[in-house]
Amino acid sequence: MVAAQETAERVARIGVDQYRYGFETLIESDKAPKGLSEDTVRFISAKKNEPAWMLEWRLQAYRYWLTMTEPTWARVHYPQIDYQDIYYYAAPKPKKQLASIDEIDPEILKTYEKLGIPLREVAILEDVEPPPGGEQTANRKIAVDAVFDSVSVATTFKAELKKAGVIFMPISEAIREHPELVQKYLGTVVPISDNFFARLNSAVFSDGSFVYVPPGVRCPMELSTYFRINERNTGQFERTLIIADRGSHVSYLEGCTAPQRDENQLHAAVVELVALDDAEIKYSTVQNWYPGNSEGKGGIYNFVTKRGDCRGRNSKISWTQVETGSAITWKYPSCILRGDYSRGEFYSIAISNGFQQVDSGTKMFHLGKNTSSWVISKGIAAGKSRNTYRGLVSANRNAAGARNHTTCDSLLIGDKCGAHTVPYVEAKNSSATFEHEATTSKISEDVLFYCIQRGMSQEEAVSLVVNGFIKEVLQKLPMEFAAEAQKLISISLEGSVG
Amino acid sequence: MPLLEVRNLHVCVEGREILHGLDLTVNAGEAHAIMGPNGSGKSTLGHVITGKPGYQVTAGQILFKGEDLLALAPDQRAAKGIFLAFQYPVEIPGVTTMNFLRTALNAQRKARGQSGYSTPHFLKKARTVAKQLNIPQSMLKRGVNVGFSGGEKKRNEILQMALFEPSMCILDEIDSGLDIDALRIVAEGINAMRSQDRSMIMITHYQRLLNYVVPDVVNVMSKGRVVKSGDKQLALELEASGYAQFENAA
Repeated sequence: MVAAQETAERVARIGVDQYRYGFETLIESDKAPKGLSEDTVRFISAKKNEPAWMLEWRLQAYRYWLTMTEPTWARVHYPQIDYQDIYYYAAPKPKKQLASIDEIDPEILKTYEKLGIPLREVAILEDVEPPPGGEQTANRKIAVDAVFDSVSVATTFKAELKKAGVIFMPISEAIREHPELVQKYLGTVVPISDNFFARLNSAVFSDGSFVYVPPGVRCPMELSTYFRINERNTGQFERTLIIADRGSHVSYLEGCTAPQRDENQLHAAVVELVALDDAEIKYSTVQNWYPGNSEGKGGIYNFVTKRGDCRGRNSKISWTQVETGSAITWKYPSCILRGDYSRGEFYSIAISNGFQQVDSGTKMFHLGKNTSSWVISKGIAAGKSRNTYRGLVSANRNAAGARNHTTCDSLLIGDKCGAHTVPYVEAKNSSATFEHEATTSKISEDVLFYCIQRGMSQEEAVSLVVNGFIKEVLQKLPMEFAAEAQKLISISLEGSVG
Repeated sequence: MPLLEVRNLHVCVEGREILHGLDLTVNAGEAHAIMGPNGSGKSTLGHVITGKPGYQVTAGQILFKGEDLLALAPDQRAAKGIFLAFQYPVEIPGVTTMNFLRTALNAQRKARGQSGYSTPHFLKKARTVAKQLNIPQSMLKRGVNVGFSGGEKKRNEILQMALFEPSMCILDEIDSGLDIDALRIVAEGINAMRSQDRSMIMITHYQRLLNYVVPDVVNVMSKGRVVKSGDKQLALELEASGYAQFENAA
């Protein structure tokens, strides 16, 4: 097949080397010694001025971690990670306490500028269909808790949030300032005895975000954090804890990019969400870690544990993610549907190109009565990448009337990539209704030529078809993010033209 | 100077020669019919003119307004005004017809150094053209060709032709799968497009379309070459006597 071969050749030229965000910011850093031991854990805890209970918690997690080995069930392959050859803590040296965003190191601000991330204002974005409800979102404010190399360096909109009673701060501060809340909830969704990477994170996490929304409060703005790895050889261990108290509502946006480098970088974040009665949490992610170069060298290893607990009756947790980066993605944002009538949602776009490996999906645990979950996953594989959807839906014996609907679509670009769907379904209750739909399709030579004959470049054609494929999920993102995500998607599929 | 000139065109697919020295001259304003039996290379000609991948031109040339067309990428050819109405238009789920049309038209305009149409300007233009072709607005909001009937797909091709205003329109079996009413609408759309500086190449098996869109020149293809050209009478002769005589001539 001459035609098929030509497509394959063109796709082979998709350049992941063109990674746009490969630049470094020079900032003096303050590192923990290489390697992991109880001393490393103590160093981090001391660095953070943590109370004794927090150190104890970390040490406990570290001891759990020692008893476990890395999981191997995922469809990803990578060289053995030497956990003693990693720095577990690095922070930019604070010059002084920062009072406002103007005081951030101009180097750091420049980095954000290059990324095109608006720190102070929300761009009014074109070409994105506004979500139902209309245009008012265009002027919506976003509070940015900027995480730069493990330490939050700026927090904005603090006053307005305070007025509403919302607590939004680096988790390191929350440990000191709101120990009662942190102690009550930390590790209750992802315990320190959880999986290998979660245990590691619990022992050495450096920082992350903490959010508490009091009863009945609708958080007045989108909460957003931009993560960015900047220090060579530094593992990133972010820890996020979000609690939505009774009848409250919060939307949290997380996005990240990373500079180009050769060594593999380990990233093992943990995110815990707790929604009490009638509360709702919407958690959105745009992930763009460095994926490695065109030989598959370098790139981030992204082992993430994200889990939400719909603890209260009629609570709701919704995960929306756009995954474009990382050499390896191991990530299953999940919902524990504990409260009766609670609802979990998972909307995902996972794009893999070059030598990227994605093993991602969700887990929906139906424990309460009349709980429901809704899953839409769109996987796009190009280059020589591997893209696996792995999803679990389970209904407990008491979960009468549990319902799940899963749609899982894969799109292949070229003929050297692979897409796999691995659904696990466990229904221990006969009244549960689970539905699963899966499709796999290919951007065919005919579709591309049709678009190109109409005047589009190959890049425009691929982008158009891909955007059509993912539209359903893209629309679930807050509008600011939808546009950023669209940009990322076209960047990550760029260079598909011969 | 002819609008399109194909000289001694030899084309291979997967090492097998399909066109064996084809000649064709289309002057500005002319409507040509290309007829011939299955496998005579009619569709191949349309694909090679538009630059579909998978064909190797081993000899000959194609000149468009005197310019070497084979040196241009397929999207550049489209921007120059070469349009192919596909025999089997593809479906593109999730991409609305309106979005598709706008992306395509603006890409062409950009390639020609023109500014892109603003959304309101474009919408107005697209709606006007759609109305002329009896295409409901709702169709423009649906995914490109998704769930369209055969007739709707063909009308959508004519809609694009009318919107892009190309100077060379190649219609590959635009009449296939159409009932008589749909054929009439499509033919009216084509006739409305005919002008002194726009040419048509209609690839068809049947005389039927040519009753509605009367060609200036009828070309008969057989075994990868144009073996006879004549006026519209030739199509009627073919209808009566079939292609067999040309099979032997080739």
